[in-house]
Amino acid sequence: MPPIPAHEPTKPEDEKPLPFGSGYKLIGKDYSTNDLVAKVTGQSKYAEDFRAEGMLFCRLVLSPMPHGRIKSINAEKALAMPGVRGILTAAEVPGHADYINDNGTRIKADKWGELALTDEPMYQGEPILAVAAVDELTAANAIEMIEIEMEPLPFNTDPVDSLRPGSANAREDGNVWVREDGDHGREKLTSFKWTDEDFAAEKEGRMPTGKATEHWSYGDVDAGFKNAAVVLDETFLTADVSHQCLETRTAMAHWQNGKLYVYTGTQSTFQTVAAIARWMQIDEDKVVFISEYTGGGFGSKITGALTLVIPALLSKKLNAPVMMRISREEEHFIGRARPGIRARTKIGFAKDGRITAVDMFLVSDAGSYGSSGDGGACGSITSLLYQPPAMRWRNVTVATNTPPRSAQSAPGGMQAIAIIEPILSKAARKLGVDQVALRRVNCPEGKAEFGPPNPRTGKRGYTTSCFLKQALDAGAKQFNWSERAARQPKQIGSKVRGMGVSLSTYHGGSTGFDGLIMVTPQGRVQIQSGIGNLGTEAVIDVHRAAAEVLNMPWEACDIVWGDTSKHLPYTCASGGSQTTHAMTRAAHAVGLECAQRLKEVAAKSLGGQPDDYEVANLRVSRKGGGGGMSFAEAAQHAIKLGGIYDGHDVNPDVDKATQQAVTALAGQGLVASAKDKFPHDGDSYSYLACFAEVEADVETGKYHIVDYLAYADVGTVLHPAALGGQVLGRSTLGIAHAIGQKWVIDPQYGATVAKRFYQNKPPTILDVPVDMKWNALNIPDPETPVGARGCGEPPVGGGCASILNALSDALGDDIFQRTPVNADTILTSYEAGRPMQNPLLAHI
Amino acid sequence: MAIIRDVMPAFDLLQPSTSADAQKLLEQCGDDAWVMAGGMDSFDWLKDRIKKPKVVVDLSGIDELKGIRVTGDGVEIGAMTTLTEIANHAEIRKNYGVLSQAVSLVASPQIRNQGTLGGNVSQDVRCWYYRDGWPCYRAGGNICYADTPVGRNREHAIFGADRCVAVHPSDSVPALIALDAKFVLQTPKGERTVDAEDYFVGPDMDITKINMLQPGDLLTAIRIPSTWAGSRFYFEKVRDRNVWDFPLMNVASAIMLSGNTIGRMRIAVNAVSPRPMRLKAVEDAVQGKPADATTGEMAGKMAVEGAVPLQFNAYKIPLMRNLVKRAIAGVPSQQA
Repeated sequence: MPPIPAHEPTKPEDEKPLPFGSGYKLIGKDYSTNDLVAKVTGQSKYAEDFRAEGMLFCRLVLSPMPHGRIKSINAEKALAMPGVRGILTAAEVPGHADYINDNGTRIKADKWGELALTDEPMYQGEPILAVAAVDELTAANAIEMIEIEMEPLPFNTDPVDSLRPGSANAREDGNVWVREDGDHGREKLTSFKWTDEDFAAEKEGRMPTGKATEHWSYGDVDAGFKNAAVVLDETFLTADVSHQCLETRTAMAHWQNGKLYVYTGTQSTFQTVAAIARWMQIDEDKVVFISEYTGGGFGSKITGALTLVIPALLSKKLNAPVMMRISREEEHFIGRARPGIRARTKIGFAKDGRITAVDMFLVSDAGSYGSSGDGGACGSITSLLYQPPAMRWRNVTVATNTPPRSAQSAPGGMQAIAIIEPILSKAARKLGVDQVALRRVNCPEGKAEFGPPNPRTGKRGYTTSCFLKQALDAGAKQFNWSERAARQPKQIGSKVRGMGVSLSTYHGGSTGFDGLIMVTPQGRVQIQSGIGNLGTEAVIDVHRAAAEVLNMPWEACDIVWGDTSKHLPYTCASGGSQTTHAMTRAAHAVGLECAQRLKEVAAKSLGGQPDDYEVANLRVSRKGGGGGMSFAEAAQHAIKLGGIYDGHDVNPDVDKATQQAVTALAGQGLVASAKDKFPHDGDSYSYLACFAEVEADVETGKYHIVDYLAYADVGTVLHPAALGGQVLGRSTLGIAHAIGQKWVIDPQYGATVAKRFYQNKPPTILDVPVDMKWNALNIPDPETPVGARGCGEPPVGGGCASILNALSDALGDDIFQRTPVNADTILTSYEAGRPMQNPLLAHI
Repeated sequence: MAIIRDVMPAFDLLQPSTSADAQKLLEQCGDDAWVMAGGMDSFDWLKDRIKKPKVVVDLSGIDELKGIRVTGDGVEIGAMTTLTEIANHAEIRKNYGVLSQAVSLVASPQIRNQGTLGGNVSQDVRCWYYRDGWPCYRAGGNICYADTPVGRNREHAIFGADRCVAVHPSDSVPALIALDAKFVLQTPKGERTVDAEDYFVGPDMDITKINMLQPGDLLTAIRIPSTWAGSRFYFEKVRDRNVWDFPLMNVASAIMLSGNTIGRMRIAVNAVSPRPMRLKAVEDAVQGKPADATTGEMAGKMAVEGAVPLQFNAYKIPLMRNLVKRAIAGVPSQQA
């Protein structure tokens, strides 16, 4: 076993990449996950596959207008139709209420918060009513018999326009989110406008800037610009992009013996119970949550989806199970999206390409509900990934009457990289510096600092480790960067080739969660997993760390997941790419705990001290020979011993929820639980260097991606196939932002006009190279025992920006100022020799 | 009344097994009937509950409408022949390659397996306002939502706008026009044959229609004469995604060359106008000229004369100019 690391800063250059799986029996090896056969044979049950006796179906009525107030609903005719069982209105949905969070803190009710149904819709497509009937056709026919009278209210779908003097606000009480009490207070909505003078820059094709509601800075920004060899001042818009999970927010619910059973997709099985309880305003022990398989989340289903309360409430009201299937069009509206950010960014560069200062001004579109942290993360990730010695960040987060936003893979980070990287590429061309070399001189390393100084301590945050320079060098070598970048001619006929490189990073882990294992009297090792099965395979993979500690064959492990009635431990939410890091730590901890208990049981039964024993191959054996027992025998002895060994007593370190799970399992085997209390110095981030080559046809504007490589620094590689899936899958999400996925909203009517896949255009398998490549350094993170960090989110920004950079290498710097970049962008700008699309105009 | 999408309404489903029966049923049901070929266009309308026909006449069980027959003068393609079958047909690949190329670029493999040639040429426009049920001119209203100062019209028309600015979305039609195909209709008055380009109706003639089919009419076959067999063909489709996408624009041409001199040419462009556009003036202008870049550039400039861009589709002018140029001179392959 690799030792638990000392927590001394590591010199990055001293660390050497290791072959995957080096030093391990399970970690770093490919294997077939326990859910694989069900997935590929179609036996896996997603929410829509569940049925219950007497189940009704419900369908939603969506708001036809972007902002309005319901004056009256007349459902008399609908309710009189045969087969129609009832309706649910906003008045029947639990309203905003205080709640107590995990830390015991009371969170005050948010009057601006979203509810499952509303009588004042804030966006076109917001659910306002639900109808339940014996089947969907009856429900749909009934909906068309309902008369709804609505009063239109002022609306605005454009965040910059919302800052214009005299423009409409998204809500009657404001348009911009501000902190009530400096940086740490609750956010509230207020009316906030710039002046006509502030908008002067608009005439020059630049983003106007005015007063900011949030800001921080460090270093001497003015001196940085003064000392720069080149200063660039660029306007850029990142698109709002829907999550478009293949599994929509379908949910089924029924009540049994006073408990609510909910079936729906989630990223986080354990953590969704508290969310359901909060939304329903019932106790957590009255919720049973079933989510065996989830068709994607990407940040939009961290704890399921708020709309699940609709079938839950209808089920209670009508005393029957209720299935609510969500269509693709409905998913477009309620399925969440990444906030688009309009950015004005000034960066100074020294002659060698080193950044001297960054001044970033953002207008973030928070959509219809809640503020957004993307603008903040955008600043923070910029300061980490490019290590500017001086930086000023300003932000205004604006509410608009557009569908709600949420975290989407690398929230804020993806936008930061898409905004900054094209500026770096332009600077490299101006300075005559190689693109890889420019990134190398700005690359973070080791315990890299980021963000502004903490106002209390005066110190900046720092990372656990960073070996990105090694990934950049290894990636450039594998991609054959130098030779390819020097290749001439770049243009043959109408086809022009370009090369792009991008750095990328995002959060890669959290700490402090629990693991729970039961060794059964049959000798199986049952591992309780509270992680959501959202497609990343973390639900299974992380537990390899426990099996590794127990030195046992994986085939003897059974993973229990997907049903909170099966006693799951306190588990992190699967958001922010924290799961691999957080839950391998918990798995490692409970593996050690289980091994210790097995040794104790052996010592109590066979004599000697626990340390006289070792655990391997499903046996606890005396070191050096001389007797032992199988796991099965140990479990039988544990049951006889009772107390801490079979779960009748509980490890006091673990969370209350884990304690309850242990108690529920008591007496069934050797039950071990443990909390991750391993030290952890710094914040965990993962990193990638991404490389792309594109070929553009200047006569059609059409381009294709010739080649792509993402080289990862994600710590120890836990499961190569799953990591490859994450790296290339999330790269593809980033590429989607570059090449075409989009919203289309008519601002005059505040209405979305592209709601289907063929209209909003998520990429297809033929839009990326068939042989996209990935690799990883496999250098363990020194601040976590297994060495592994998460990698769901970090590739997204690099996927997007490497394509953008390759395009500007091929076509020049004056083609695009926003994503996505399509044939129309290229064709018009290439002919004109300047960007022809208004950089501030979104949703086209 | 409240609106709901994505639940197909109830209708009577009629499944005739002969084209005569189908035509008779259509005649009997008149305006109440909806003709369904592969369903790729129909299901959208039906599931969205925007079209609620009393009767759907499903043509999928009519064997005589399926298949490709090589005749003494070209080929005859049954209207219910799938796009996949056409794309893979040896005779069409050999002598009418522009059509096999065009249909092989329609949408996605799954859609080509289900979609038919009759359906592809007869499909409705894809303007997102119209398809979403907005009460526009084409839907019988009195406004075009796409043609406003802020209307979202990136994919709309630069030619032929007359209140409606939607474009015809078919990939197969320009190829059929280039091949001088004839469309065979069964009507209450008997069989009728029309030139490919005459099958389509612009908003200036009838804003609520996209082709000449009247209630009771049935498109049964498309005949391709051997006139252009083996000539030099060109087809190109520009789309945002490499699969499962309608054209931003496409072009098809057939050129009879004498040496490198253009003897005769037929050329058509789609997704630029509510009606597929045959470029007759270009055809005439290039006759007798060399099939080279100079002629191509001249033709491209001529093709876009009179184009009127909307707010977001000015790119279609250089795109059309370049595609027409390529249809004559090919894709430039020399170093710039």
